[in-house]
Amino acid sequence: MTRAIWTLFKKDLLLEVRQQYSFYGILLYAVSTLFVLYLSMDTPEPRVWNGLFWIIQLFICTNAVAKGFLQESRGRWLYYYTLAHPITIVLAKLLFNVLLMAAMSLISLVLFRLFLGAPYLHAMGFLGIVLLGGISLSLVFTFLAAIAAKAQQNAAILAILGFPLILPQLILLQQIADTQFRVGSGVDWVTVGLLLALDGLVVILATVLFPFIWKE
Amino acid sequence: MPAVPRYMYRSWWKITGIILLTYTFTAGLLGPVPKLPLLQETIRNLYFHVCMWFGMMILFTVSVVQAIRYLNSMDRRHDLASRHFAGVGMLFGLLGYATGAIWAAYTWADPNVSFADSFSTIARDPKLIGAAISLLVYFAYLVLRDSIPDIDRRARISAVYNIFAYVILFPAIWILPRVLESLHPGQDGNPALDVKNDISSDMRLVFYPAVIGWTLLGVWIATLRIRMESIKEKQLAS
Repeated sequence: MTRAIWTLFKKDLLLEVRQQYSFYGILLYAVSTLFVLYLSMDTPEPRVWNGLFWIIQLFICTNAVAKGFLQESRGRWLYYYTLAHPITIVLAKLLFNVLLMAAMSLISLVLFRLFLGAPYLHAMGFLGIVLLGGISLSLVFTFLAAIAAKAQQNAAILAILGFPLILPQLILLQQIADTQFRVGSGVDWVTVGLLLALDGLVVILATVLFPFIWKE
Repeated sequence: MPAVPRYMYRSWWKITGIILLTYTFTAGLLGPVPKLPLLQETIRNLYFHVCMWFGMMILFTVSVVQAIRYLNSMDRRHDLASRHFAGVGMLFGLLGYATGAIWAAYTWADPNVSFADSFSTIARDPKLIGAAISLLVYFAYLVLRDSIPDIDRRARISAVYNIFAYVILFPAIWILPRVLESLHPGQDGNPALDVKNDISSDMRLVFYPAVIGWTLLGVWIATLRIRMESIKEKQLAS
């Protein structure tokens, strides 16, 4: 089981390394979105900065995660069908997207730091929250991408399905991140715990529900 | 496609629903209510607004249970039921949102300012955020459903989305009011439970029957739509 997940994960990683256009595509998307923001406003207030940051994360995540399932052709699904258990496939995808989104989160944090300043007070604390946020977003969107792929839809349906569903997590993330912008307020561990619990729930649901959608 | 479940033809629960709603409207509009500052007579809206939320929650829960039963049995009847219970749940949700937002505009916000102007402040309340999110999620459910042409695939995928959305959504909506500030009663936890402390025993005598009455009305609407759809499918098949 672990080996199967590892192999599938390595396959995705290898694909990413060989077809670098997709990685650079997302990167270009992040940079150009940020540059548009940079040109359309001066250095924003902390609250606005925080809001913008998470919205950009959301858009990057939709783009980064979308192709994970959507790139798989019908023929390749049939091939997987003979090889692997659905649970290993979905876990490998989740793992890969978590790593991809963590990397993307870090890059966009650096870009935000350079273009729009650094209104947060605790760099390390905020970094941790950004990673947590990237992971939470990617988990939900990975499963929704599976649904979108199986509905034979394009990435547009992913945004339609995902944006309402991710809102509660986004609000929680903004609340946790907000503590890093004010003097004298530590990390809100209860909310972090709630968010982690939600993440766990998403993983469990994905493993339970994916076997139902993967068969044709 | 087999016939719809037998309870849908029974009339006793429909009559019960009508009686309970008649009682709600007469006792609810004429009965005694405590004179609370700010709320005054508007507290009667509780019999309508809060019941919409109860009804919505119950109907969405029925919808998700039907979705689970569909995945277990692959019986199309459960899919049909899941779709239409969700639809009526959304109708209740929209009505609940409207009755709540207007109520809030006259009690939380300045009643002299027009509803349109105070709406942006009211809509920021965690309860309203939660309500808006759940409505959006179920609208997305309908969009997803209609975007899939193949009947079986549509049923399976929308059932999966229904379950996923429900399980993610409702814990999150209960968490939100703990994290954000709210004016809404029932701040610490389930909005339903404050009924025990906040309203008088007279009101409870109307409130609980009202919840049952409205829910029965919702079930009635849903079953009518399910029956209409199954007749349509029967005609297509023949």
